[in-house]
Amino acid sequence: MNWRAVLAIYLFEMARTKRTISQSIVSPVLSTSLYFVVFGGAIGSRIEQVDGVSYGAFIVPGLIMLSIMTQSLSNASFGIYFPRFSGTIYELLSAPVSFWEATVGYVGAAASKSLMIGLIILATAGFFVPIQIAHPMWMVAFLVLTSITFSLFGFLIGIWADDFEKLQLIPLLVVTPLVFLGGAFYSIEMLPAAWQTVTLFNPVVYLISGFRWSFYEISDVGVGISLLMVMVFMAVCLTLIGYVFKTGYRLKQ
Amino acid sequence: MTPVLSVQHLNKVYKDGQQALRDINLDVAKGEILALLGPNGAGKTTLISIICGIVNATSGRVRVGGFDSVTQFRQARSLIGLVPQELTTDTFETPKGSLNFSRGLFGLPPDPGKVEQVLRDLSLWDKKDNRIMTLSGGMKRRLLIAKALVHEPKVLFLDEPTAGVDVALRQDMWQMVAQLREQGVTVVLTTHYIEEAEAIADRVGVISCGKLLLVEDKYKLMASMGQKQLQVDLKTPLTELPVTLAELGFSLQNHGQQLLLGYRRDDENIAVGAMLSAIHQAGVEVADIHTVQSSLEEIFIELLQESP
Repeated sequence: MNWRAVLAIYLFEMARTKRTISQSIVSPVLSTSLYFVVFGGAIGSRIEQVDGVSYGAFIVPGLIMLSIMTQSLSNASFGIYFPRFSGTIYELLSAPVSFWEATVGYVGAAASKSLMIGLIILATAGFFVPIQIAHPMWMVAFLVLTSITFSLFGFLIGIWADDFEKLQLIPLLVVTPLVFLGGAFYSIEMLPAAWQTVTLFNPVVYLISGFRWSFYEISDVGVGISLLMVMVFMAVCLTLIGYVFKTGYRLKQ
Repeated sequence: MTPVLSVQHLNKVYKDGQQALRDINLDVAKGEILALLGPNGAGKTTLISIICGIVNATSGRVRVGGFDSVTQFRQARSLIGLVPQELTTDTFETPKGSLNFSRGLFGLPPDPGKVEQVLRDLSLWDKKDNRIMTLSGGMKRRLLIAKALVHEPKVLFLDEPTAGVDVALRQDMWQMVAQLREQGVTVVLTTHYIEEAEAIADRVGVISCGKLLLVEDKYKLMASMGQKQLQVDLKTPLTELPVTLAELGFSLQNHGQQLLLGYRRDDENIAVGAMLSAIHQAGVEVADIHTVQSSLEEIFIELLQESP
């Protein structure tokens, strides 16, 4: 295992985060704060408690998950796409680095960054609403697993995309709607029965539900199922990455 | 002696059906400088890219330092340095940071001394903390070389290293290649510039349409394929070529002021002394004589014209 290469890729990607601190950290924190002001303050004050939790506090796990998922996707996809776009990928491909080592470096950096953002948002939320975390270990576990899983997914998107439009296509047109419709801002019990059934086909529901359970012990689906879904999603991503690396898809001609 | 680079029966067919390489076989000895010549699209970059691990071969085998480039890719690639044709750099990075990254990819610990030495050797030390986007094209080219050298490779691949660089930098690079050879580094370079191959290479390989037409010692190639021309300046212009000289293959040029005879260097039937005797016997007075040898460029063009 070429751990120095893993570390070099990781530090290189983290340095990029440092260079673009306003875009990487400040922007998601600001936009999440606006969500709290609008949904938690303005609209939330007119909504009754959800499952015994104030609406402002109820949306905190959903907002953190929203940021974690979108940031993991964009960080990891851009991290591998940009060297492909600029041509600097030649250096990685001609170095004594296995594809799995490259994945650990890129995905590790993307997941670290989104974890950082998630924790900053959690701290920011504390200024707006009272937060309790019933199961801190589970909270961290869901946070880490979701960051890694969506970073793996983002890494795949970055390999698949052959232009900037495609790079944005899945995050904007697929993932963001799934997150918004995945119970980030509501409990699925608030939906009509038919839509509740439809919503259960949205994998994001399970992630947000499990994460919210770690805070308030309330969930739309069982926590075991949530955990299983994260693991399944991660296994699917790893399998696809394995295929990419075996064939050199979009990386090697 | 075991070659440091061995390519056996290498073929590459791209997805669109284009056959970029056709049964390439090539051995390169340690410390040798090999220049690969060929027109655009001949397959030079594909060959280098497969050796370095950037492109997958359709069939065939590559060994670097005795290590298989696929099954023992770590050992093989750790011996290789690659300078790509395009100026592909991390524009937001600094030269120093970029070299540290390159060392890291090769599994080497940070070595500020080595990084400084390489940057100084390539006249980039003053720019070590500048963003790469602010460097000139020539500096970026030197940076790519620095990145390829910072892990001290045993085999260096230079893909069109002097494309678009000024004369001074080109001379610097030729000097650098000579120094690397002294250190025992093997250099494989692709180039459009025949004079580059002529100036620095030990052997020349000619690729066309994915085929390696030949790999030959530079001097042997010029000796065996090079044309020579005997040019005889006359004291008094001739109005007509004497029959005896015409039978020997001479022609009359420059309004009758010069006799020309073209021949291959290895043509044993041509003896310059005998030719001069024939001229003297024909009663032609000679003012001056000189011979001209065809360049590698002319040989290259001839080879491409001969290839199917």
